[in-house]
Amino acid sequence: MNFDFSTSITQQAFPNPIFTASGCASSGKELNQFFSLTELGAIVTKSIMVKPRSGRATPRMAETPSGMLNSIGLQGPGIDIFLEEDIPWLRSKGARIIVSIAGESIEDYAILSRKFRSIPGISALEVNISCPNVENRGQVFACNPVTAAAAISAVKRNIGTELPIIAKLSPDVADIVEIAQSVVEAGADGLALINTLLGMVIDTASMRPKLSQKTGGLSGPAIRPIAVRAIYQVHAAMPHTPIVGMGGVSSGRDALELVLAGATAISVGTATFGNPTAAISIRNQLQELCIERGFSSFQEVVGFAHRLEDQGYTSE
Amino acid sequence: MINPHAKQVLSEIVSNKKVGAYNHMVFAVNQLANFAKPGNFLSVAVGGSESSMILRRAFAIYRASIRGDGQGLLEIVVASHGSGSSWLADRQVGEFVDLIAPLGTSFGIPTEPVRALLVGGGYGSAPLFALADILKTRGCRNYMVIGASTAGKIYAPLEGKRSVHSLTLTTDDGSAGTAGRVTDVLPEIIHENDIEIIYSCGPMAMLESITTIAQNLGIIHQCSVEESMACGIGVCMTCVIPVKKPTTIDENRIVMTRTCIDGPVMNAADVVWTHSREIPEGVWGK
Repeated sequence: MNFDFSTSITQQAFPNPIFTASGCASSGKELNQFFSLTELGAIVTKSIMVKPRSGRATPRMAETPSGMLNSIGLQGPGIDIFLEEDIPWLRSKGARIIVSIAGESIEDYAILSRKFRSIPGISALEVNISCPNVENRGQVFACNPVTAAAAISAVKRNIGTELPIIAKLSPDVADIVEIAQSVVEAGADGLALINTLLGMVIDTASMRPKLSQKTGGLSGPAIRPIAVRAIYQVHAAMPHTPIVGMGGVSSGRDALELVLAGATAISVGTATFGNPTAAISIRNQLQELCIERGFSSFQEVVGFAHRLEDQGYTSE
Repeated sequence: MINPHAKQVLSEIVSNKKVGAYNHMVFAVNQLANFAKPGNFLSVAVGGSESSMILRRAFAIYRASIRGDGQGLLEIVVASHGSGSSWLADRQVGEFVDLIAPLGTSFGIPTEPVRALLVGGGYGSAPLFALADILKTRGCRNYMVIGASTAGKIYAPLEGKRSVHSLTLTTDDGSAGTAGRVTDVLPEIIHENDIEIIYSCGPMAMLESITTIAQNLGIIHQCSVEESMACGIGVCMTCVIPVKKPTTIDENRIVMTRTCIDGPVMNAADVVWTHSREIPEGVWGK
């Protein structure tokens, strides 16, 4: 049987719904050693900032039960070098590219957005307004509906193209639906749910926090139920808004869970650290699981867990 | 750039033996063994498919060889520090593990015969024996110093020493060799034997001390560094250290550099050694 595995974010189509997650694939060069980047729906690049950034001191990493903390602090070369070196390379490999951007101020988001006016070959822009690894919690724009909307509307005003805007949100908020609604009203075409959660590990030998900057973002299977919950809540409130779902997906089963909650695409992040070909396995397993359940297209599966009580489902 | 030979394979454990405080393990990896060079490392997924340990464990390759039947082998030395390494050390011969190799950079081999000093801390000595073998085939004379906290933690197997002209041991507690640190004995060995190049592998504090000695004497020093890493393939950005990377527009540029793909072997003089849990002044993008 012909299964239609394609998905889309507004007008942008992708041949399959499995993407990398920002900050978990660098700019694709290393993973290209293990599989062709065209195999995935899209490569989501590491969040890029206006200027070069050293990131934080080490230790930046602590493994936790079914997860890990990271405290990279958005290390990167800055937008100009990125556009000059990484984008042409990704294009030469035929990869579909979603660029992730992060700013320290509303003005940064405006500056970054203007840079994309003359850059062809990009499928969408992810606007990371929720990186937890910043000095001041107030800088996490996605913690507040007003600042979240301000960052997204700065992108919308300056982008000057039809490039879809995907707002990446934090689950570390009282009401993620409120934040989601505010960024969509401000011009976001889609949402990326969820970023990491702020966590801490204390080394019981040294009796100090293990990470140099004390806190880090928790990722991996440990946070998957939170991702499922956030996606489910937002999809219930805004069923027509595309959601790139992520949070501890390490198998096709996990991906299916997020899709049933309402994700139109899935980003694979931390699983890649343990297995460079994780995204490929997840893609293959997800397709098989959908076919096994009798679906003829991926779009039918999106949000299927929301169906009414009398809308039954019988396994064939 | 990632090691162009790196591949992910399901690999059979063909030997697992206790050697002092460590386990010596051998994996069948077919032709991958042909591409492994001294200093490269490998990574292994631990805990099984349902494990709560989601990250791979990295090990310096002790030796690469081709068995009589043509099977390529990679050998490592495992110190059971935590639950991941203990899980691996408990595996039986005949079991399979998910392995990626070879990863990272390797020690540079001089084109002419030189007098080389190889310095290892604890099981950090592991990759130095295969290095010694290659150096010897190039006509080099190898001096080796291995230090550890106590005698049981020195890794110096008999067959490893065949390419070493002289071996000096140091232990913190004096239970084997000279009591003290490796750096206590280095100046004399360097001086007496006209050492021209130093290779080192071990804890960062040891590598830094050796760097100071090497720089004061004007000797080339390559070291294999260690910083905790999540992925080992250059995508997670956790294993960085500050390294001098001059460019045409900025000859003093220092960049937070991934030790998994631009290391673990680095030119020690390029490393900005830092004790604080802070980004040192002058780092690009601070």
